[in-house]
Amino acid sequence: MAILRPAGDFDRSYEQDMALLRRPWHYWLVGFTLLAAFCLPLWGNAYLISTANQIAYTTIAVQGLNILTGYTGQISLGQAAFMLVGGYASALLMIHAGLSFFSALPVAGLVAGVVGLLFGLTSLRVKGFYLAIATLAAQFIIPWVSRHTFKEFLGGTHGAIEAPVPQIGGLIFNEVGRFFTLSLIVLLITTVLVFNISRTRLGRAFISVRDNDLAAELLGVNLFTYKLRAFFIAALLAGVAGALKAHSQRGVGTEFGYSLNDSIIFLGMLVIGGLGTNLGPFLGVAFVILLEDFADLLGGILATAFPELAPQLLTSFRPIFFGMAVMFFLIFEPRGLAHRWQLLKAAWRLRPFTR
Amino acid sequence: MRLFSSGGALNTFLNWSLVPQQFVTGILNGGTIGLIALGIVLIYKSSEVFNFAHGHLVMFGAFLTWWFSGGAEAGGELFNLPLWAAVVAALVVSMGIGLLIERFALRPLTGQPLLAIMLMTLGMAQLIEGVTAILFGVQLKSNFPALFSPSDVLVIPFPGAFGNAIRLKYTLVATFIVALLAAALFIWFFNRTKTGLAMRATAESHEVARSVGINVSRVFGLSWGIAGCIATLGGVLLATLTGVSLNLSTVVLIAFPAILLGGLDSLGGALLGGFAVGLAQALVQASQRIEVRNATEIAPYILLLVVLLIRPEGLFGQKRIERV
Repeated sequence: MAILRPAGDFDRSYEQDMALLRRPWHYWLVGFTLLAAFCLPLWGNAYLISTANQIAYTTIAVQGLNILTGYTGQISLGQAAFMLVGGYASALLMIHAGLSFFSALPVAGLVAGVVGLLFGLTSLRVKGFYLAIATLAAQFIIPWVSRHTFKEFLGGTHGAIEAPVPQIGGLIFNEVGRFFTLSLIVLLITTVLVFNISRTRLGRAFISVRDNDLAAELLGVNLFTYKLRAFFIAALLAGVAGALKAHSQRGVGTEFGYSLNDSIIFLGMLVIGGLGTNLGPFLGVAFVILLEDFADLLGGILATAFPELAPQLLTSFRPIFFGMAVMFFLIFEPRGLAHRWQLLKAAWRLRPFTR
Repeated sequence: MRLFSSGGALNTFLNWSLVPQQFVTGILNGGTIGLIALGIVLIYKSSEVFNFAHGHLVMFGAFLTWWFSGGAEAGGELFNLPLWAAVVAALVVSMGIGLLIERFALRPLTGQPLLAIMLMTLGMAQLIEGVTAILFGVQLKSNFPALFSPSDVLVIPFPGAFGNAIRLKYTLVATFIVALLAAALFIWFFNRTKTGLAMRATAESHEVARSVGINVSRVFGLSWGIAGCIATLGGVLLATLTGVSLNLSTVVLIAFPAILLGGLDSLGGALLGGFAVGLAQALVQASQRIEVRNATEIAPYILLLVVLLIRPEGLFGQKRIERV
């Protein structure tokens, strides 16, 4: 990240150098953003809250994909399948093992992480397209397993099981506003985690693997363990996101999505937000989810205007808008919205000397 | 076959009386898969782009053919061409689409990392899917012009098989023959004509090809045009078997394992990979156990994972793949 600091802005201690929030106004900004976000259930309507909730848990999954694809450069088409694993793990642990949601959530992440490790093993043999297809295999095999094996646990061809309502003490997270608060807290934790991964030894090793794996190995980065770590972290975050999605939708299974299409959309979100940036997942996820809602709105309006074309109008604007957005960003803004944000910040800082 | 049918572990796994039938059906289905895989390999060989949108081109080509042959229910069709003319018209249009894709979507990305190019084809796939749905509707079109009626069955006597014969639909046999002919034509084109040689030279090295006077960007455009044609042809073949629907693009997802099985840069390998995938799917269908029969959709991927672990460059690919 280009560090553009005004002259005279020095760090006077290592603590200051390492701080994520550097200046007083950073604290104010983050504080106000969090306050506004946590207060959303108090003033927002149902649509706004559920969209914000969707954005929150999807961001967690895309943050994981960002570690794997953005930082480590390993293409994965299986993120949605790892979400499915996490969702099932959390729901099953709550139903059959009697765990509370707050112990089931991290365990679900770990379970998904281990499954991710399993499929990540192929990354040690192959890379590039071959790896993409190997993760595509995960995206096919995992949902298949959920539909065709252990039918009494996984719901069988029905494709869904119920996910219980999380509860802490007397507080029941049974409405979307309360659940959003939960998602937001988890998102906060993963964000701090991801920020710290990206700026410590682990993240630098990931970036070196992405930029040149041979050079990375010569520098002493063990490709074997670091690639697997990236897969583990990506699948772990996907698992946590999947658990949140499962419990906020009160059910988990292939009925609720988790398809190849979702995995592709996650990659698209990442590219639109900005690969290998920590801000990217937030911007990309929000952009794509709002775009999809806009597509639904437009489709709905057109469908009432042309009722005979309703079936295709209702479903086809999402892929059209998403495809066009991804193509547009790849051609005209390949570094994503995060880069545009950096440029804006730099322009603001250098005002009035910018064009 | 009597040899196996007297008990044993294999017998509980496979229903041997179904195997001959499934073997032949699998090979015949594999022809179409192989042809579709060929289109992806063609693009990869000339421009190192792995085209995830090929399945959607296949689907779009099938829809185009259906539309040109007057399949739209509306009554006021623009065209009412016989099947062969509809196929030709669709080939021309899809060639144009291939050229457009190359010019406006992929040429701006020259020199970009692999992920960008892959995502471009994925985004393109979504766009084509949406556009197809808007233009042609989302319902299954079962009135695709058929060459033979589905009840026309070729019966080959085969002692030991179920009913002592192998039954093959004429449609299936016809698609297999067309797929093989088309594949042979493209392989001949690639190996014998001057344009084909230029494309192969471009595949070897862009710089060297340019230095001997080959117009590399023209070759890219041409290979996308040809890939569009192959996709449409594959789409027509699939559509004669299953009808035209948006699902045709997902049928093509099993072409990816076929490609990696055969090796990413081998045209013949793609065809053989197609056979292997068709065969794997069909043999799984011959199983005694319902759990195994259910695995039809993932059988190619399991096969793929095994091959990737044992022989990552595929059966016929060059050992150029970077080991990591």
